[in-house]
Amino acid sequence: MASIDSGGDGGGHKKGPGVKKAKKLSTKVDMTPMVDLGFLLITFFIFTTTMSQPTAMNLFMPKDVDKPEEQNKVKESGAFTIMLGKDDVIYFYEGMDPAAPGNFRTATFKTIRDEIIRKKKSTNPDDLVMIIKPTQDATYKNTVDILDEMTINEIKRYAMVDISSVEYQLVKITEAAAGIK
Amino acid sequence: MPSVKIKKHSPDNDMTPFVDVAFLILSFFMLATKFKPEEPIEVTTPNSVSSQILPEKDAFMVSIDKEGRVFISMDNPQSRQVLIQNVNQSRGLGLGPAEIKNFVNSPTVGVPLSKLKGLLSLDQEDDATDKAFKEQEGIPCADSTGGELSYWVREALVAYSGRKLNLLIKSDNNTKYPAFKYVLSAFKVNDQNKFLLVTSPEDAPIGTSLYETRQKQIMGGDK
Repeated sequence: MASIDSGGDGGGHKKGPGVKKAKKLSTKVDMTPMVDLGFLLITFFIFTTTMSQPTAMNLFMPKDVDKPEEQNKVKESGAFTIMLGKDDVIYFYEGMDPAAPGNFRTATFKTIRDEIIRKKKSTNPDDLVMIIKPTQDATYKNTVDILDEMTINEIKRYAMVDISSVEYQLVKITEAAAGIK
Repeated sequence: MPSVKIKKHSPDNDMTPFVDVAFLILSFFMLATKFKPEEPIEVTTPNSVSSQILPEKDAFMVSIDKEGRVFISMDNPQSRQVLIQNVNQSRGLGLGPAEIKNFVNSPTVGVPLSKLKGLLSLDQEDDATDKAFKEQEGIPCADSTGGELSYWVREALVAYSGRKLNLLIKSDNNTKYPAFKYVLSAFKVNDQNKFLLVTSPEDAPIGTSLYETRQKQIMGGDK
């Protein structure tokens, strides 16, 4: 078949009892080592490969302004403050006064989306500002998740600022009441 | 009655299609693979719905691991060279040419300036050096002015003089927020307010307004 016959009949080989017959090699080659090596390479590439390209998320921080009159003012009706506490718990309040009765509430990362959507629907889009205040107990994942939540719900105006001591006290008290250490 | 004959199968069945598929997968992985860049620290990034591809050129990356250690890396070797020469001169670190070369070759650095010479004078071929690079203590930046990190940022901006430098922040899921805040303040004292956070991709949750917008974009054809 596809075997290469280099000798050939033209060479004048004599057939006879004294001439040894060339051993016919099987056309099947043992593939096992090659296949072994192939699978070895597959496993190697599977382990070393990075499939998902990392993505980049934009973060724009505001410039520090010294004069209070240059700072952006937030309307009371449009303000929505989100605080990130310990153990992935979120605290939030609307308006300016966290201490008003019933205003300071607790949420999780699952329920905060509904609150954001509710606020977005009930507020004039030009006034709506979300203020994100991570406490020192929050993790980086919490921060990214909440920023992501802004993108998911298409909140146009949001800011990430430091938490005030009044708010941090409230967070601490609520945490103590809920038994989060 | 003739007894029911069981057809005898040959013990070696044909493996060809199986091997064909295996090699197809192999070639797929060989083409699709992109080797992980070697990094001395382990950082697991959080997920985000952002679909922007991470820029690989002109990047100055600050990595924070879960204990809050801060590391810097730059993609461009020429800029790394300029960066270390500037730092060497202005801070009087007394680095020799070999140590500067080591800095240019090392992917990620995170030690206080006072210990930089000690780290870079290590023999690169030695196994203990890898360990030393893994156990770097991080660039000190735990105050509101950003500590030494702000200094590195300033020199990096000088090294890039005028060209656009992408400021990347890569941080671990479990990094505490203050560590991230300190890094931000190190950029802020240099008047840098635009960052790119390195994340892993994730789909927008179904039913949300971002999901609707993206669906509309797909339906309406790509712009």
